[in-house]
Amino acid sequence: MTRVLLTIGLLTSIFCSFACVQKGGNATTGNTGDTIKVGVYADLTGQTSSFGQSTKNGVELAVEEINAAGGVNGKKIELIVEDDQGRPEQAKTVVSKLISQDKVQAIIGEVASTNSLAAAPVAQDAKIPMITPSSTNPKVTEVGDYISRVCFIDPFQGSVMAKFAANTLKAKTAAILGDVNSDYSKGLTQFFEEEFTRLGGKIVAKEAYTQSDPDFKGQLTKIRNLNPDVIYVPGYYGQVGIIAKQARELGMNMPLMGGDGWDSPELWKLGGDALKNTYISNHYSAENPAPEIQNFVKAYTAKFGVSPDSLAALAYDAAKVLADAIKRAGGTDSVKLKDAINATKNFAGVTGSITLDAQRNAVKPAVVLELDPAAGKFKFKETIAPEGAATSTTAAANTNASGANVANTSATNMNATAVSNANATTNSNTATTNATR
Amino acid sequence: MDTFVQQLINGLTIGSIYALIALGYTMVYGILRLINFAHGDIYMVGAYAGFMLAVALGFASEPSAFGFVVTLVGAMAIAGVIGMAIERFAYRPVRKYSKMTTLITAIGMSLLIEYLFVFFFSGTPRSFPQLLPNENITLFGNATISTSQILIFVVSILLMVLLQYIIFKTKIGKAMRAVSFNINSAKLMGINTDFVIAFTFALGSALAAAAGVLTAQYNPKIEPLMGIMTGLKAFVAAVLGGIGNVPGAVLGGLLIGAAETLVVGYGGYIGIPSTYRDAVAFAILILVLLIRPAGLLGSNVQEKV
Repeated sequence: MTRVLLTIGLLTSIFCSFACVQKGGNATTGNTGDTIKVGVYADLTGQTSSFGQSTKNGVELAVEEINAAGGVNGKKIELIVEDDQGRPEQAKTVVSKLISQDKVQAIIGEVASTNSLAAAPVAQDAKIPMITPSSTNPKVTEVGDYISRVCFIDPFQGSVMAKFAANTLKAKTAAILGDVNSDYSKGLTQFFEEEFTRLGGKIVAKEAYTQSDPDFKGQLTKIRNLNPDVIYVPGYYGQVGIIAKQARELGMNMPLMGGDGWDSPELWKLGGDALKNTYISNHYSAENPAPEIQNFVKAYTAKFGVSPDSLAALAYDAAKVLADAIKRAGGTDSVKLKDAINATKNFAGVTGSITLDAQRNAVKPAVVLELDPAAGKFKFKETIAPEGAATSTTAAANTNASGANVANTSATNMNATAVSNANATTNSNTATTNATR
Repeated sequence: MDTFVQQLINGLTIGSIYALIALGYTMVYGILRLINFAHGDIYMVGAYAGFMLAVALGFASEPSAFGFVVTLVGAMAIAGVIGMAIERFAYRPVRKYSKMTTLITAIGMSLLIEYLFVFFFSGTPRSFPQLLPNENITLFGNATISTSQILIFVVSILLMVLLQYIIFKTKIGKAMRAVSFNINSAKLMGINTDFVIAFTFALGSALAAAAGVLTAQYNPKIEPLMGIMTGLKAFVAAVLGGIGNVPGAVLGGLLIGAAETLVVGYGGYIGIPSTYRDAVAFAILILVLLIRPAGLLGSNVQEKV
């Protein structure tokens, strides 16, 4: 009997760990004929819900501005927002619902690459254009020609931090601690490793965790023994704050580095002082004094009471890019709309000038931000622009050595082959940045 | 050497948490032969109860030992009452049916608690305030222990001693042992079994809540689904030690915690990547079921089917 009960217990435990609960979404408004319906799916209540909330806010602000200016081609945009709870299977379900039930004409979402990857085939099969504001894994847009994004991709984001580690922090060795269940984290791990090795660095350890791990000291203790110059933690804010805290508890005071997944107001509460000496790559800096960025920051703060993180900025840009494409396509015919989105060129967004390349990825520079836990702020450190296709290592090194150019985020030459350090002559952000050393 | 000691400290910290939760599984199983799958979620409820108490009473802003004790005891009391309520309204009405019915009720209860919390508090991780100042103490070489880890050890040992006292030295403890031995005979001897069962749930839930608050001092991220994996591992710990056996649950918890952390630390040398951490606990469960279903300390009683 004991054996039977315990076997049932084992089976149940397996069931429980995969169990999920379906939950209906909430359509914001009823069905009217004279609107353009745009579906948004995001994680509003799950583990990464700060991402979803920012995305929803960003899109809402953009749509409000567009509708206030008379809409697109005389039609107002109507948003239908669905919650996917941060689960890939749920993302797929709500996108199916948006397409078949709500008959949306375009979709904006998700943040986490794993969720976008789950939902993208649904949009592709139904031939409904989907713009992901902030999924950076390259596989997302490889799903098909109806899927595009307004952010840079992980090969670039991973290489940015590798360059920053090797050139600015002068690191020779690095350890990586990644999230094993996240496509985002796996992508960043791979590209960081490639670039860091190419620049002559050595990866001394590659460890992984899962989001439900109760602590990270096991992995961290192992890394501590190898004493790397930096640790790269490409994860999401719910875990990385604790990782930083536990690393510092173990007496590991080397710089920690991460990606845009760290960007959340919750991070400060979880990590606290342990976030000193940490750096992340991100899409934009809210401190950038360019007027279009400051106007956006002001409007967003007035409406939602918080400063916009990069996910809000990207969502805002995604909605604006979509509206622009609908205008150029002269309507919402799905083939024309898709072509118009994919032809987006030099669109002036708050996260920089957006041009979609042949793989429907936005090519734009990244910023490196330093975390300042005392002020609860990300401080601008430097801008790193993407390399041209045929760039050699030496060319990059030379431009860098000469201290050259590429101004700030909002006005950057797309094909620049340079890493520009934040110094007084090249960057208009310096008023705030130089103090961060 | 210091690395090994460090990993052992890390493992035993987590192990103490598993042990506290496993006690609740094992006591309920001992008395009702029920695997209370909602127990892992009580751990989460305890953490949230502590979180809300600490914020409401203002302990979040100024850390103090007093604030910590009030939060801990308060969370244990709240979780104890919730545990009793779950027993009274979910399990007692179906107790007269087959054990399978109660088991499935327990799974339903677990999902209900999880998603009620998602509904009311949203799934976003929250940060539990630091109630006691956290410092690191260097033992030797590179081996360090933080005060939050010491806190986990000390409080869990105190609670385990207290539990042992309740079970073996008090009247209600005697009644619990009697009900566990044979519920029908106990009833015939005039023991109020319903009360004893309710008390057992309260006791187990309070221990789980203590685990929740202690974990939150060590890893301040709390979210509504945090009880699933931790609860399952504590269940494995209870089975490993011998389900129904109180010292077994403690031993099982410490072993699972240590095994997990050592796999992360040294698994690489024998070809097991650190991501197999969760698999370790379940591999142990399968092995126990195959080799010694009664567990390490459990007595192998032949049951007539």
